[in-house]
Amino acid sequence: MLELAALTKTYKTGDKALSDVSLTVPKGQVVGLIGPSGAGKSTLIRCINRLVEPSSGKIILSGRELSGLGPRTLRRERRRIGMIFQEYALVERLTVMENVLSGRLGYVSFWQSFTRRFPAGDIERAYRLLDRVGLMEHADKRADALSGGQRQRVGIARALSQEPELLLVDEPTASLDPKTSRQIMRLLIEICAERGLPAIVNIHDVPLAQQFMQRIIGLRAGSVVFDGPPEDLTETVLTTIYGAEDWTAMRKDGEADQVAEAEAVASLAMISA
Amino acid sequence: MTDFPHTWAHRSPRARLALWFGWLCLVALFVYCWQVMTANTIWMFIWDAPRQAADIGNRMFPPRLSYLPELMKPLWDTLNMATLGTLLGVILAVPVAFLAARNTSPSVLILRPIALFIIVASRSINSLIWALLLVAILGPGLLAGIIAIGLRSIGFIGKLLYEAIEETDIRQIEAVTATGASPTQVLNYAIVPQIMPAFWGITVFRWDINIRESAILGLVGAGGLGLKLQASLNTLAWPQVTMILLVILATVVLSEWVSAKVRGAII
Amino acid sequence: MTSYPTTWRRPPQIVTDRRWRIVLTVAVIAYLVIGVGSVDLNWQRIMEGGARGLRFINGFLQPDFTSRWKDISNGLIESLTMTLTSTVVGVAISVPIGIGAARNLAPAWVYYICRSIIAVSRSLQEIIIAIFLVAMFGFGPFAGFLTLSFATIGFIAKLLAEDIEDIDEAQAEAIRATGASWLQLVHYAVQPQVMPRLIGLSLYRLDINFRESAVIGIVGAGGIGATLNTAIDRYEYDSAGAILLVIIAIVMVAEYSSSYLRKFLQ
Repeated sequence: MLELAALTKTYKTGDKALSDVSLTVPKGQVVGLIGPSGAGKSTLIRCINRLVEPSSGKIILSGRELSGLGPRTLRRERRRIGMIFQEYALVERLTVMENVLSGRLGYVSFWQSFTRRFPAGDIERAYRLLDRVGLMEHADKRADALSGGQRQRVGIARALSQEPELLLVDEPTASLDPKTSRQIMRLLIEICAERGLPAIVNIHDVPLAQQFMQRIIGLRAGSVVFDGPPEDLTETVLTTIYGAEDWTAMRKDGEADQVAEAEAVASLAMISA
Repeated sequence: MTDFPHTWAHRSPRARLALWFGWLCLVALFVYCWQVMTANTIWMFIWDAPRQAADIGNRMFPPRLSYLPELMKPLWDTLNMATLGTLLGVILAVPVAFLAARNTSPSVLILRPIALFIIVASRSINSLIWALLLVAILGPGLLAGIIAIGLRSIGFIGKLLYEAIEETDIRQIEAVTATGASPTQVLNYAIVPQIMPAFWGITVFRWDINIRESAILGLVGAGGLGLKLQASLNTLAWPQVTMILLVILATVVLSEWVSAKVRGAII
Repeated sequence: MTSYPTTWRRPPQIVTDRRWRIVLTVAVIAYLVIGVGSVDLNWQRIMEGGARGLRFINGFLQPDFTSRWKDISNGLIESLTMTLTSTVVGVAISVPIGIGAARNLAPAWVYYICRSIIAVSRSLQEIIIAIFLVAMFGFGPFAGFLTLSFATIGFIAKLLAEDIEDIDEAQAEAIRATGASWLQLVHYAVQPQVMPRLIGLSLYRLDINFRESAVIGIVGAGGIGATLNTAIDRYEYDSAGAILLVIIAIVMVAEYSSSYLRKFLQ
């Protein structure tokens, strides 16, 4: 179970990315995090494993606090949090197997990882995960030889090889086509269900979030403005999340397009006349 | 109908004036420098130069082909000097590059400036000057040449390598960090794989340059072809000079070809 | 339940054939043994060198600028004037040669002539050119000036030609379509596209020429190199250290200001 209490992040420039975010994610729940770009979704996710250092507030994962840990203990706690990235963030020039095994780096000594001599259990687990995501025969290929969907599967396998207690997923489908996006989302949901794994999925595609998530959190300007099941995500709620201007602006654009189209039709009619 | 202006100029009058002024300054500076430089020049020698050139040219041809076997050992020395010097340079340059790169330097305030100074110092002093110093210290021979080549290579390799390290993809580094990897593991798994192609390219490129440089290091006593060149120049044996230059030229062309091939294969 | 392998080895990335890998490893080790072996070490001489090395390092740490200041400043003035004049002359000559060596602007025969000039200039080391020019023109900075100008031609003309070959064809096409002459084409379509790069390259070459001017003095072409050579010959390591520090400082200033200037001009 993950608990965030009054998490706040102010960047050195003075921009407030998160203000007073408190939420609880119970075991096995998959939470979708939506909001306009710049709302702080990415910052929130990175504050949880402290890739971004929160300014104040508490992060508690299964009873242990992550905020304020020193570098060594922080590394040990990071092993419990798997992360999946936008545009995969695989190490392109390493093999698929090395990418999956890099999920074990927190568990092995430097020398073991340097000589690529991982414990037998780690290698067996890596093969099992590659089989689970359907990439068994690609283990020895270099990561940059794979397609986008395949790379994201490797990213999932890497995160799972950590045996995490929480998954952080940052825009997993941002660079995939709609069909592959759905496949990847389905795979993620299945895996979380199999393992009772809680996950926070940062996602910009609202229909996709509604289709797959059990719970949606709407973030706007660094604050939580909505927290509930996807069914409650009405147009008024979306307006509070994404801002009223955006909706009317879109409509205005639509009107302008219509006017332009009408003019074009009229001028065509004149030419042909 | 609106009135359009009849004249049009690319730049505003003020910018044009500034530009002309800049050019004027450059010309004035050039003339001044020319005056200073040639103050002690004996012009008689310079008008005499074409005759001298013709004279040397006549003596240089034909090249003395029979001198070729004698050049094989110096050629081998030259190649060794370049290769071992490059090796030394790489070994010294890699830690310097990691200290100098902003994203891997353990201390940005102290170690990074030191590493950057090492790079600039090594780059601004030509290998011939290094060799001059080292021959004075260690005595003539290949060792001085190898160290000279190595010292000069630190700056070149270090600079290009640390730029490559700074250009690595931050997301791959972030992803490996997020697994709980230690800083050395992040280096090994996220940074090193990304800079490997650049590393090999830079090394081979520097090796190619080092072949050229080691060919002449003998002029100051560091062994190799340059030593023979110096000896032949001292005895005014111009046909031998021609032969040596031809051998240097052939080596340079060959090494350039090899380096281009290898770099093509890597990238 | 299927069972999975419990061992994995990283597949070799470059040379995939095992036999070739062994052959290559053996060859590399053999070369290193022979190569290192060919360095005949005179240990006694090296021991002696230790003391001298320490003296040099001392000289570097406590440089003596004053006792030979007149020689140093003379050498510096020669080097700096040589650098500037040779860069200006070299660039001025490089421009027509660079245009001539661009395949998309010059007729074939001009192209080959210009390319061979570039090839000759690039394949000969500055120091070798300096030896010949000193033999022809006598000792002093004039020979150095000619050497650096010649070397500049190969450098600038080659890069300029490559730049011209890389220009946006569409722009040249548009100017050509207006019925412009060859000169107008160069002026309107080529010059604006390559001018910033040319200025950048010239500044960069200025930097290189200064560094080279410190070297060609060793064979008698004047400049700070001659002063340095004398200092080392006389075992005056504190003066030599001072000269090296001056060179490093000037190169640093030049590098910093040229990168600043390039940013400013673009």
